[in-house]
Amino acid sequence: MTSIAKPPVKHPGLPKNGLGLTKRDYEGAMSTLCAGCGHDSVTAALISAFWELDVPPHKAAKMSGIGCSSKTTAYFMKQSHGFNSVHGRMPSLTSGANAANRSLMYIGISGDGDSLSIGLGQLCHAIRRNVHMLYLIENNGVYGLTKGQFSASADVGSTAKKGEANQNAPIDPILLALTLGATFVARSFSGDKTQLVPILKAGLRHNGFALIDIISPCVSFNDHEGSTKSYKFTREHEVELAPVDFVPLRKEISAEQKDAGGVTSVSMHDGSVVRFRKTPESYDATDRNTAYTHVKECHDRGEIATGLLYLEEGSTSEMHTLNKTVETPLVDVPYGELCPGSGALAELMGEYR
Amino acid sequence: MGSVSLKSRVPGATIIQLSSGTKSTFDPLMSQPTNVSDPRYYHKVVDCQWGCPAHTNVPEYIRLIANGKFAESYLLNRESNVFPGILGRTCDRPCEPACRRTRVDGKPVAICRLKRVASDLKGDIDEFLPKPPSTENGKKIALIGCGPASLTLANDLRPLGYSVTILEKAEQSGGLMRWNIPAFRLPPAVLDEEINAILNTGVEVKYKSPVTSMKALLTQGYDAVFVGSGAPKGKELDLPGRHDGNADKVIHIGIEWLGGVHFEHIEKIEKRVLIIGVGNTAMDCCRTALRLGATEVKVMARRGREHFKASPWELEDAEEELVEIIENHSPKRYVYENGTLVGMEFEVLEWSTDAKGKQSSTVAETLVIPCDSVILAIGQDNAFEWVERDIGIEFDTKWDMPVVDKTTHQSSLPNVFFGGDAAWGPANIIWAVEHGHQAAISIHQYCQSLPVTDRPAYGMNLQSAKVGMHSWSYSNDYNQSPRAKMNHEELVKRFSNVNVEVELGLTAEQTAREVERCLNCDIQTHFTDNLCIECDACVDVCPTSCLTITDDGDETDLRTRLVAPAVNLSQEIYVSPALPQTKRVMVKDEDMCLHCGLCAERCPTAAWDMRKFELVVPYAFAKPEPAVAV
Repeated sequence: MTSIAKPPVKHPGLPKNGLGLTKRDYEGAMSTLCAGCGHDSVTAALISAFWELDVPPHKAAKMSGIGCSSKTTAYFMKQSHGFNSVHGRMPSLTSGANAANRSLMYIGISGDGDSLSIGLGQLCHAIRRNVHMLYLIENNGVYGLTKGQFSASADVGSTAKKGEANQNAPIDPILLALTLGATFVARSFSGDKTQLVPILKAGLRHNGFALIDIISPCVSFNDHEGSTKSYKFTREHEVELAPVDFVPLRKEISAEQKDAGGVTSVSMHDGSVVRFRKTPESYDATDRNTAYTHVKECHDRGEIATGLLYLEEGSTSEMHTLNKTVETPLVDVPYGELCPGSGALAELMGEYR
Repeated sequence: MGSVSLKSRVPGATIIQLSSGTKSTFDPLMSQPTNVSDPRYYHKVVDCQWGCPAHTNVPEYIRLIANGKFAESYLLNRESNVFPGILGRTCDRPCEPACRRTRVDGKPVAICRLKRVASDLKGDIDEFLPKPPSTENGKKIALIGCGPASLTLANDLRPLGYSVTILEKAEQSGGLMRWNIPAFRLPPAVLDEEINAILNTGVEVKYKSPVTSMKALLTQGYDAVFVGSGAPKGKELDLPGRHDGNADKVIHIGIEWLGGVHFEHIEKIEKRVLIIGVGNTAMDCCRTALRLGATEVKVMARRGREHFKASPWELEDAEEELVEIIENHSPKRYVYENGTLVGMEFEVLEWSTDAKGKQSSTVAETLVIPCDSVILAIGQDNAFEWVERDIGIEFDTKWDMPVVDKTTHQSSLPNVFFGGDAAWGPANIIWAVEHGHQAAISIHQYCQSLPVTDRPAYGMNLQSAKVGMHSWSYSNDYNQSPRAKMNHEELVKRFSNVNVEVELGLTAEQTAREVERCLNCDIQTHFTDNLCIECDACVDVCPTSCLTITDDGDETDLRTRLVAPAVNLSQEIYVSPALPQTKRVMVKDEDMCLHCGLCAERCPTAAWDMRKFELVVPYAFAKPEPAVAV
């Protein structure tokens, strides 16, 4: 808890985006999370990403469930839409909201408890359906709100604050998503915004389900010596497999950027470009099997693979495409068309008689 | 012996004292990583205190006012600026343009007005004022002139047992503070109270004792002589007609005329008055003229308003009284009819700036502005005709001013020191006070046969302001109130008598809001690099984008790579040593910091802490323990 509100004064030299807004216009309520929580950094990274993409705050919907992570939707873009749902049910909520109104940008924020325990089934099906949304798992390996029990993402052998070691195998959301056919799979770290912000931007522009697993240390219960999700451990064991730059549509790609060696560019459906830099030669972020193998190998070595690990080029399996739904948000479809009445229903039923 | 006590006011607090050799060679403000153990780094963050020649601890005295501790606030002021009541009304306020609040919302905290609040409400403080020394030290010093510089020197040296004699040519104390500043701005009672607090320690003042020969004075057995005789000579404007007709009666030199009004030799003035010059003396002249019967007063300036020397608030106060200020008029001659002054001829100038930025003027027209009287307020000169040139006091050939060391105030004759306007020409009261403090240190050293160049060092106390969870020893919430406006006596009443004080002070409500506008710049954001886990919490929460964790680089490069570029080069950037986990550095741009403490509140490891900085200023006298806990 913080005793004072954030002063409304801002730096006069603060840059403005294409909408004439500063980052401070994308802020939300003051965070009530523990001081130093990784989630607050993710919030700040989201503010940067939305600001840099010139997203009008009222064109976004923030969805969440239950947990420390799920509180964070209150801490950015206070003018956006939002729904704080039942524990683990955020994917269904978002699927429904997205089905009804595809004109909004959906961002679901969840944690390792909300997504990998109670809501695991929900997550799997949102991936399968390829719901057009950015899905963040703020992953800290513990249940922080209930004082630090191991979560489903805790590594075998990592210890709780009092020293007890975890014995259950972890669920790795990256490997899970790759096997379920996810079209955008990334992992990042709350303590590295240079990496995180471009991935968030690419995820927001991805036409389909974009999963980002973010190691987001719990300062109160999981930032100690035996933790494998602490600031220190993550920094020491992080292997940046597929770091990216995100080039939005409106920016021209400079010659210098084009010529840089070892850079592979992947176009997004809206014409913006994701540029992979410094990837090892054997790594191909557009090949599901290589991605799976590399991430698994890293994990076995005790390393944490980060970056935009898999991106399906030209994906066409997005939920609305598959279901051939109407472009117009249902709220804007004229009532007569949306609800054609009992006559139309009788006619339809007649077809099955 | 000569050492200056730098005792900590807070038991257990750190005192960092630098050896005296550091002053000229070391620049803490350019070092990387930043050396915050040098008091000057944090001192500079406190913009007002850095801007004040006497280094008044402004934020602390404002907090004391906020807590209703007016006497304590007054005494804290008195320690550095000696005349809080006088300066609370008349100071040139170098602190206010420097105030951080100006950069935040355009208007500085009303620092000077708040000083007056402390002075007005202090109550009985007699027991805390300096007392006559219990023993005399046998040294005799003579001070020439009873103005702010000499009085400060007496304040600092008398408690050490010096026998202090002030030689004053007039019949009253205070120097130009008394006869150059009209009573409607500075009531005599305020002057008397603060001057007597010094004189009552056993300082001897010989009134009506002008020094006519320095040579003679030097033979009278004084161990040291301090010249604080000011710049008492108003500048002349010798244009055609200066001595024609009734000139003697109607053309006045500003500061002499103000003195005449003060001593009641002058009680009225003609109806139409022109003031030549647009400094603060001109402002006092025009407003005084209105009180002595003038009905049409014009202040004539050679240049445009942006070049005026008068403080903006003094210009405003004069204009409120319907004084007309006329720009770009250059005086040419005095115009008479039948031996009576009827006007003054001016050239109307048009100014232009050439490619190199140099300004030049052309004459657009020539005209006569009618008037019955002219007051010349175009500056002041020193007058040292009483200092013989063959006694070892060197004068420079260009300006005919004594050669005085900028730090020690010593002249080429080792036992003669200069300060105030007498040293380097006209400045203001607060500079005179600081000269007095510095000269006191020199004279104290000199009288003990210690080198005057051996200056005692500045120290600092730094103590955490954390008093609990999310609780600080200061009011850290940002208050959006606009700057309080001084209340003025109504126009009719203020012209009824030349002595009616115009400024009424701030109301209790105004004061309560104004103290909250202070950003508490002395509560420093103190960083301990090896505690940092680089979680970014501070960077993310900072409302004014002051903080950045980034790769190291030189200062010029770093300034461009921050969350918000650090473009204000007059403000320092803090650069930490390499951080433990990634070897990047923490950079803080001091420019826009609100000292709200959110970085420290959101820091999980207390790497950021809010620490109260107290500059320990050396004085000649051993600094007493504060009478009241601060």
